[in-house]
Amino acid sequence: MAKHEKPSFVYVIHIAATPDSVWQALTEGALTRQYWYGRRADSDWKVGSPVTFWYETGSGEAVSDRGIMLESKRPRHLSYTWQVQFIEEMRDENPSRVTFDIELEGEDTKLTLTHNELEAGGKVLEAVRNGWPAILSSLKSLLETGEPLALTKVDQVAADAAA
Amino acid sequence: MKTTQPTTYITYIHATPQKVWDALTTPAFTRQYFFGRAIELEPKVGGAFALRMEDGRTDTEGKVLAWDPPRRLSVSWHVVWLEEFRHLPECIVTFDLEPAGEMVKLTMTEDHPTPIEERYLEGGRQGWPLILSGLKTLVETGRPLPKFAPMAPGEA
Repeated sequence: MAKHEKPSFVYVIHIAATPDSVWQALTEGALTRQYWYGRRADSDWKVGSPVTFWYETGSGEAVSDRGIMLESKRPRHLSYTWQVQFIEEMRDENPSRVTFDIELEGEDTKLTLTHNELEAGGKVLEAVRNGWPAILSSLKSLLETGEPLALTKVDQVAADAAA
Repeated sequence: MKTTQPTTYITYIHATPQKVWDALTTPAFTRQYFFGRAIELEPKVGGAFALRMEDGRTDTEGKVLAWDPPRRLSVSWHVVWLEEFRHLPECIVTFDLEPAGEMVKLTMTEDHPTPIEERYLEGGRQGWPLILSGLKTLVETGRPLPKFAPMAPGEA
């Protein structure tokens, strides 16, 4: 990696499900809430539209993260900008970019997450490295077993911040 | 360009550490997610390690470097079934299992103590996500990923 290049994080997971069910799991708020640390994804998923991730505060909902849709080709490719809102020290970082590539391989689906345009040494980079393996492991469990991982049902950090 | 950069892969599995340990160390399990390979391990540091192919040929061999059930397994890793790989320096593959509530955080690290040409890392970068996705499916559902499912008679 060149010194001036911004860091990126790539994570691949193979899921016994169709590409369209993986797309649904990534875009339907009722599903994301189950495996994405309680986040409800909210967008019409059209290029140029806002993407908002909400979390429950106990008295309502607050914005966790937001972005703008960049690319949308159901069920194969989804890309949006990403800016963390719910943690103050991450709010000032420049927007990064989240991309999902969804490919059918035999009867399985290969899901590739690429999170790039991150700030070197930033808090978001650290959160991304820790967060995606848990979130996408839980998405896989939800699609294959009907149950997400308990670990990713709620976000203790967000719950504490809201308390 | 040569590199010593490790490859790592993390996944979370709804199971006990013992169950994940058994899936990593028992040939009846590894055959169902490791491209049909059966693992052979002498359960002690310094013991022999090998992955055998279905026809009995050896895919990979090495030595057990850490044996701490159900927390840590580390082996030296020398791919022998492909002529080109046989002459490469061996790498070290380590599995760390950490309980996290009702789950296990499984971390696989492929270390390269001796610098190796970047292109030889591609197999691991592509392979580990598939292998460990297959392990997770097998442990959580009792069935292999369709990719690793044995073919039904007449399907070949």
